[in-house]
Amino acid sequence: MKVELEADRCVASGQCVLAAMDVFDQDDDGIAILLDEQPAVEHLDGVREAVAICPAAAIRLVDQ
Amino acid sequence: MADILTDPAPEAPEAVPEFPMPRESRCPFDPPPTLKQLQEQGPLTKVRLWDGSEPWLVTRYAEQRALLGDARVSADTDSPGYPTKASPDAGEGKLSFIMMDDPEHARLRRMVTAPFAVKKVEALRPAVQRIVDGLIDDMLAGPSPVDLVDVFALPIPSLVICELLGVPYEEHDFFQEHTKTMVRTTATPEERGRASRDVAGYLAGLLGKRLAEPKGDLLSSIAGRITAGELTHQQATEMALLLLIAGHETTANMIALGTLALLQNPDQLALLRETDDPKFVAGAVEELLRYLHITHLGRRRAVTEDIEIGGQMIKAGEGVIMVNEIGNRDPEVFTDPDRLDLTRDARRHVAFGFGVHQCLGQPLARMELQVVYGTLYKRIPTLKLAAPVEHVRFKTDAFIYGVHALPVSW
Ligand code: SF4
Repeated sequence: MKVELEADRCVASGQCVLAAMDVFDQDDDGIAILLDEQPAVEHLDGVREAVAICPAAAIRLVDQ
Repeated sequence: MADILTDPAPEAPEAVPEFPMPRESRCPFDPPPTLKQLQEQGPLTKVRLWDGSEPWLVTRYAEQRALLGDARVSADTDSPGYPTKASPDAGEGKLSFIMMDDPEHARLRRMVTAPFAVKKVEALRPAVQRIVDGLIDDMLAGPSPVDLVDVFALPIPSLVICELLGVPYEEHDFFQEHTKTMVRTTATPEERGRASRDVAGYLAGLLGKRLAEPKGDLLSSIAGRITAGELTHQQATEMALLLLIAGHETTANMIALGTLALLQNPDQLALLRETDDPKFVAGAVEELLRYLHITHLGRRRAVTEDIEIGGQMIKAGEGVIMVNEIGNRDPEVFTDPDRLDLTRDARRHVAFGFGVHQCLGQPLARMELQVVYGTLYKRIPTLKLAAPVEHVRFKTDAFIYGVHALPVSW
């Protein structure tokens, strides 16, 4: 599973960071950064939550 | 002929319900019963507003999120069909980027996202804890009963946002009075206009001072955008006004209404009082955000292109209102939605809205509420309502729902 982030869409809500701290962070302006494109299995639930709650639909989880 | 005689009489057209609807006085935390019925009937329905206009009311979670995330839906109050909450000549002007669409919305919003990033907000937690502890010390040292809104719920967001913006806190009485007027639907347009012009004038003055002599606060960084030619003085003032107002009444009402809801649900309150787990407190805050509904007038938009959704065709130029309080009670998404259950996972709620306009201040609001809910009931375990709940006056007359006052004792 691979995480994709479209930072152009991000509105800096911070929801992804709250859902999966090991996978997402924010830059100085609050825009999301992907820390880990291929997170370990134990982080996948958090990533799924981030996909579901990201208000800007900026995050996707894709099968490889 | 026979057909005409045997056919049932044509049904009278169903009356279009008025919005907002009256609430059930016995249950101040639940959405109006009519809203619940409408949600059961379908995701969208027409309603009639104060000015006679008939926008669509969107009652189900999935359709609310879809429309709030749709670029064919405009947040610009000047868009044809935009369902206004009150007379537009209220003198409020444009409240900066929340009343704009992309790309201008994104350009302006990104100028002020920095201090609201999760880790920056986390760094403020000790300061907020100090503020909360100080106010509780004052409460315990002072008379009982007391109005919790006055001594606790309103000063917290007020102190925090003044600190963040760099507004001298000595001016907070002035702001609280004026912001109260600005969000009261029973205030006349003239009163609302005067209040917002007064606060805007004051902020414009402060911005002027920061232009000359920048400090490390958010007002200085906004003033820096004027210097850089990215904002006019007017736009900068509108932005400062938005940030000042947005954090005030919202968080204050969440604190007071949340405390009342917990006092009415002692088993849930006990869970909060007995835990030392910050994760549990964070989860409890999400559930209270889902269960309560301070933005009771809904998120409002105008549709700019025809959209088919929920079995309806919404035409360009029609208004839509997404009532998050009923979306957050959608049984498709939350089991037993009318029960306050601090142990559930409520993170998917739409209390902060959805889409590109989702609340910018949400990490700050969350942190403030976590500190409050994690501290107040532990430090004052005997906290109780000092008047019969029937005497508590609810803010059905304000843009933000909550209580006018919350008499408590301990
Ligand atoms: S949840 Fe979405 S909008 Fe919010 S910070 Fe993450 S990517 Fe950006």
